[in-house]
Amino acid sequence: MPDSIIGQPLDRIDGKAKVTGRARYAADVPASMPPAHGVLVTSTIGRGEITRIEADDAERSPGILLIMSHENVPAQAPFKPSGLGGSRHARAKPQFNGTRVHYYGEPVALVVAETFEQATAAARLVRVSYRTESGSYDLAEGRRLAYPPEHIVVGKTDSRIGDVDRALASSAAKVDATYTTPYQSHNPMELVASLAEWSGDKLTVHCATQLVNSAHRSIASTLRLPLEKVEVVSEYIGGGFGGKLPIYGDAILAAIAAKQLNRPVKIVLTRQQMFSVTTHRAATIQRIRLAAGEDGKLSAVAHEAWTQSARMDEFAEGVAASTRAMYAAPNRLTTHRVVPLDLPVSDSMRAPGDAVGQLALEQAMDELAEKLDLDPIELRLRNEPDRDPETHVPFSTRALVPCLTQGAEQFGWNRRSKIPGRLKDSHWLVGLGMAAAIRPNYRQPAHARVRMDANKHVTVEMDMTDIGTGSYTILAQVAADTLQVPVEAVSVNLGHSTYPETPGSGGSFGAASCTSALYDVCVALKKKIDAGESPGNLQAEGQSEPGSEYENFSQYSYGAHFAEVAVDSVTGEIRLRRMLGIFDAGRILNAKTARSQLIGGMLWGVSSALHENAVVDVRSGAFVNHDLAGYHVPVHADVPTAVDAVMLAGFDDKSSPLGSKGVGELGICGAGAAIANAVYNACGVRVRDYPITPDKILGGLMQQNVAQQR
Amino acid sequence: MRAFTYERPVDMAAALQAIARPGAKFLGGGTNLLDLMKVEVETPSHLVDISRLPLAQVEETEDGGLRIGATVTNSDLAADRRVRERYPMLSRALLNGASGQLRNQATTAGNLLQRTRCYYFYDTAKPCNKRSPGSGCSALHGYNRIHAVLGASDACIAVHPSDMAVAMAALDAEVEAQPANGNGRRIKLVDFHRLPGTTPQVETALREGELITAVLLPRPPFGGQAYRKVRDRASYDFALVSVAALVGLDGDRIRSARIALGGVAHKPWRAHEAEQQLVGKSATDDSFAAAGAAAMTGARGYGLNDFKISLASRTVAAALTEAVQQAHLGKG
Repeated sequence: MPDSIIGQPLDRIDGKAKVTGRARYAADVPASMPPAHGVLVTSTIGRGEITRIEADDAERSPGILLIMSHENVPAQAPFKPSGLGGSRHARAKPQFNGTRVHYYGEPVALVVAETFEQATAAARLVRVSYRTESGSYDLAEGRRLAYPPEHIVVGKTDSRIGDVDRALASSAAKVDATYTTPYQSHNPMELVASLAEWSGDKLTVHCATQLVNSAHRSIASTLRLPLEKVEVVSEYIGGGFGGKLPIYGDAILAAIAAKQLNRPVKIVLTRQQMFSVTTHRAATIQRIRLAAGEDGKLSAVAHEAWTQSARMDEFAEGVAASTRAMYAAPNRLTTHRVVPLDLPVSDSMRAPGDAVGQLALEQAMDELAEKLDLDPIELRLRNEPDRDPETHVPFSTRALVPCLTQGAEQFGWNRRSKIPGRLKDSHWLVGLGMAAAIRPNYRQPAHARVRMDANKHVTVEMDMTDIGTGSYTILAQVAADTLQVPVEAVSVNLGHSTYPETPGSGGSFGAASCTSALYDVCVALKKKIDAGESPGNLQAEGQSEPGSEYENFSQYSYGAHFAEVAVDSVTGEIRLRRMLGIFDAGRILNAKTARSQLIGGMLWGVSSALHENAVVDVRSGAFVNHDLAGYHVPVHADVPTAVDAVMLAGFDDKSSPLGSKGVGELGICGAGAAIANAVYNACGVRVRDYPITPDKILGGLMQQNVAQQR
Repeated sequence: MRAFTYERPVDMAAALQAIARPGAKFLGGGTNLLDLMKVEVETPSHLVDISRLPLAQVEETEDGGLRIGATVTNSDLAADRRVRERYPMLSRALLNGASGQLRNQATTAGNLLQRTRCYYFYDTAKPCNKRSPGSGCSALHGYNRIHAVLGASDACIAVHPSDMAVAMAALDAEVEAQPANGNGRRIKLVDFHRLPGTTPQVETALREGELITAVLLPRPPFGGQAYRKVRDRASYDFALVSVAALVGLDGDRIRSARIALGGVAHKPWRAHEAEQQLVGKSATDDSFAAAGAAAMTGARGYGLNDFKISLASRTVAAALTEAVQQAHLGKG
């Protein structure tokens, strides 16, 4: 397809609107009249009951319009915990649902005032009294409460093949190690925000959401409104990462307050509130056991995971799910146990399950390679399966081996010293590490509507979102290519619940799902043109959905990460020097936006390995470092220019008619493990408790000093 | 944020009169104060913006030192040719602090007066003796990875977050303060910040109504200078430990040494005993390792910050080594 517009590295078509400020995000959208501003009051205990709410001082505060709590909130649809089935994100989200406090930082009151400043000041004057109960806030201690969930996010809870214990007992080399990953917070640049406005009995909510369709249903069902009386708009989203899959109290409460005040109401969470009011990535404890013979072939792979789940709302992070498809081994075990804690709700965050699972599995593979005295790439090559190791169906496509071999060549893997601590650059210890990546490919039903006017200008309408990924651009490319018009002749309209339904942005399913639907509809429109219908009021609408390919084929995207880090031999500080990712995600729809996403994912892997850690104060259940001064992600100085992502040519016809697979979450998978393995190679200190920070390295360096002196 | 009034006087007399108003506070660059006001840790009813006062100059003094005006920004000070050439550790300390944007805005006096970044201090829902005396210290048995290992008390284990002040402590700087009535006075920088004791809410020797007008640097000290900051990420991060070091050599012998540490105490911490121990010694790794150990005499960890004790010792030794290299290069 050399002439195709699809795949070209086009600049994003919404780029100009974004950099010139014309792109309106939820909190920027002008209302029909100046909106009132709402600010949430959140709980300051982790578990207990609200006994009293004193709002007298707040009510006397300047500009106050409304104070709402469980005492006066109107009736809403009841809350159904997610374990009870149905769509997690489309269900009702009733607010101020009684006196019960489920976690620290839960919304307990809303203050609405003429200005944001007035509402903020008054919110601090609302005094909430509690009867505090002792809660469970510590994952390690809470393991005694662990139970098997009915299912994990996608897939079954456990898998068992053969006899792992026996294989371990008789193996030439084995690894049995426990890895831990901390809580992480999405905290995209754009805060969660809603602007609600009523026109008669019709409600419009501008909100920052990845899933317009789910938000629409969730708001309507909570407020017990017919779907046609609610419109949700989310044209631009400043990052989602899974944190904007659900809607939150801002959307529901803005709608209720707007109704009561008969004027638009805007609610924007504070940065601190983002940590508790929105979801987070659960902390995990993972035990990995690997056994191999002297030939380097795995005889057993066991991956057992314990993850936090909010006591009020179960979420079972699928930590070991992709381990089921990664390497060949006759004896296999994967288990998932959730630990109910009195903490905020955990949910999907970029590559849920896989991002944390591969931090553990891919470090364990590095440990096994050392024990076998094998190159870590060679170990992976020797355990490449020819079909899915657990479902036994064929892979749709699998190019892990080319990712590994091309990456090794391009990165200069042969520079790596097998023995840690050998490569020095003044006081820096330099190391190379690698890891493999795997991420399931999902596709869901999607609808699209396409019109062509008399000037052959094409308008696409879908309720899809662009959370910064490039959806607008790839959809324009697909429409332009299929209808044989220039990209400039395509307008893509997204993010309105009045448009045809799509699954939205999440799970990396957006691109394949939506481009498949758009492609089918454009083909239908093209047939009309080819049949002689002239442009002008030409319209086609339709949907596409995946067939049985998902059951009949094992569908994943793959990659290999290579990293070079330097560890300060005095302080244990770790700095990334360069990084390369080679990826197999089927056909790439836009080489530029895909590369940006892959690099973003790789850097989030760096962040997971070295920085991110939302610390729970186990005395109160509060996230301690709940702002961006305390919750660290890499800054520019942490990221060298020598970071690159390369996409292998591919086409997966089992995934979609256009051959693409999900790319948005692939980049983070395994990336952090490559960093961890590079750190070990640099300094010989193996840290299994993420993030890997100087204090953890320092202890190991000092032990080495002592050992050398003996 | 609570409502407040604001004024921007253009002369000292007006500023000193304005600050007498109850609830008034001086505003410099606002990089810390405004953040604290947003979360209502600080709740001034009146702000006196001193940015228009004639305090933005770096001037040479008669004794060969520098007088740094209170409102000189961190960026300007770091870039000043005289600072770069004569007090390189100060320039490096400044450039290791915050981010470019913050340094453009932050002032010299404001940097000295910035508050601790203890998580619990910032969260008004949590006990904190510094913010709310008598309420208790949440960090003592809490998440105290970034906290003090020297000079702390059970009332408070917070650290002073400045990089600039650590270098100034090593350079024997003085703070010039002007009261509303009477003559200005000078306070040694090492005495300017206090240890927490039982009153962690009292952070400096500055009296009510006094305005910092300048920081005075004496003539550049003999020797090579270094500033080493250890942090989790490469920029925009407070020090886990930082060290300002100076070594003056007489052949291979150490004629003079200075060591100041950041990130370890409620104030920039000058390690006088370790300095004296070095004088007359040969400039070797062993001498520096011993000085690193001596600098941490009396240090105590609180659990998660235990690592800082050995980290600081190692960093002192590394900074001294670097200072010697600078001395050999003839810089400073």
